[in-house]
Order: sequence, then structure tokens, then C-alpha cells
Amino acid sequence: MYEGLDQWDYVVAAYAVGLIALGWLLASSWRAMARAEKRREELKRR
Amino acid sequence: MHIYANPKRFLSLARWLMPLMLWSGLAMSAGAIAWGLFAVPQDRLMGETVRILFIHVPAAWLGMGGWGALAIASAALLIWKHPLAAIAARAIAVPGMVFCAICLATGSIWGRPTWGTWWVWDGRLTSMLVLLFLYAGYIALSQATAREGGSQKIAAIFALVGAINIPIINRSVVWWNSLHQPPSITAGQSSIDPVFLWPLLAAVIGFSLVFGALVLMRMRALIAEAQVEARLRRRALDDDTPAPTRAGPAMETA
Repeated sequence: MYEGLDQWDYVVAAYAVGLIALGWLLASSWRAMARAEKRREELKRR
Repeated sequence: MHIYANPKRFLSLARWLMPLMLWSGLAMSAGAIAWGLFAVPQDRLMGETVRILFIHVPAAWLGMGGWGALAIASAALLIWKHPLAAIAARAIAVPGMVFCAICLATGSIWGRPTWGTWWVWDGRLTSMLVLLFLYAGYIALSQATAREGGSQKIAAIFALVGAINIPIINRSVVWWNSLHQPPSITAGQSSIDPVFLWPLLAAVIGFSLVFGALVLMRMRALIAEAQVEARLRRRALDDDTPAPTRAGPAMETA
């Protein structure tokens, strides 16, 4: 274990990377689903 | 399984199952992360950095489990020609790749304070990096075949061949010398102290539920895109076909 390093910096960095990636994945998947289903409904009505 | 070969029936299931999995998964993951960050004591050797465990291990499990599910869906496509199998496999690929990348990034961040290095080319880390490249290859291949109208069987065979890497990742710390620790959880046994094990299990279940919701979301998007494409193609064909009242007599007199 490296002495003198602030261990919390590494913990915060790891969670920041993981949660930002997960947030992007959730947002992009939700948007793709909403856009595709909206387009299908619009086409059905036409 | 074949009950859900009908997209309509599958969509009626996915419409209520997806939000249920998403919200319960997010709540459980948030609870497990808070538990791991604020309620768990520091480790004797790893100090505070042990808290990275609660995001690194679920990401590793889902990166590897994602490819396992992708291989099962590919096998279902090749053996039973299940209509939703190709869609399921394509929907699993991107979340699997993102979780694999999270595992590599959080592992690298964890390695610096505990091993003194961001990266080593040992069996575990290298085989996990190979898995990331396999995901990228599968995504490129399946998107290309979907766009060009080719057979999804090529991507399915690629997924089955790539599945060889999963046992290699799992056994890498046993077969080769590694900075990475040996398996802590084996069938029915765990060398992890319960104080770390319970929040870890909660995190694994929570993130798995979120993963399931992501796959259902992406399957709904792919099904809707396929339905739009089919409807547009049908309309284009209808527009091209001459109406019988106009063309019929003309064809007969000619």
C-alpha cells in the first residue's frame, strides 16, 4: 500500500468514472427507445 | 422461450418489466454503493480503496456475464432460429462493453494505490482487455450485417467463438502469476468477510437488474426500428404496385 496518498481520491475517481459511464448508457438507451417507439407510432397514425 | 417469439407478446412483457427492473435496480445499486462507501470499515491491507470493490466487481461480473448471455442468445439464433435472439444479442453488446470498460477503468484506478501501477500485462487484465475488443468487434460486425442486410449468423458464430475467452478470464489468476488476487468467491464458498460480502452481493444484484433493464430498453428500440423499416418497405411496395382497376384492363388490351 502506497503511504501518503489520499486513498479517497482514488475511490471518488473510480465511482465518478463508473457512474458517469452508466448514466450515459442509461440516457442513450432510453433516448434510442423513446425515439424509435415515437417514430413507429407516428408512422402507424399516418 | 418460444412464447416470446412473437414481438407483440414480448413487448407487452417488456413494457412493465423494464421500468420495474430499472427502478428497483437503481434503488438497490444506490443503497449498496452508500452502504459500501459510508458503512463498511476500511480494509487492513487496502485501506479505504477497498470501497472500489462495490463498483469494480459488479462491472466485471456483468462484462463477463454479458458475453455469456450474448453467446446463449447467439446459440438460440443458430440452433432454434429464435426471432428475438439476434435482437437480444445486439441489445446485450453495448451494455456489456460499457460494463467491461468500467471494470478495466476502475481496476486500473484501484491498481495504482494498491499495486503501485495503473496497468500490468498479466493474464487477468490482458484477457479482460481482449473481451473489450471482442465486444467492439461484435458490435461492428452485427451493425454492418444489419445495415447491409446480411445474415446475423456471422456475428452469432463470432460470439460463440469469443466465449472461449470467458473461462480464460475466470481461470487466468489460477493458471498464471498475477498481481490480481485469486478468486475470492467460488462455488458455495467465500473468503470475503461478511461485512464486505453482503453489500457486494447487493451491488451485484442491483447492477444486474439495471443491466437487464438496459437490455430490454435496447430490444424495444431495435424492435421498433425493425417495425418502422418493415412498414416503410411495405408502403413503398404498395406505391410501386399498379392498382388493378387502372392497370388491369390496360394489360389485357395490350
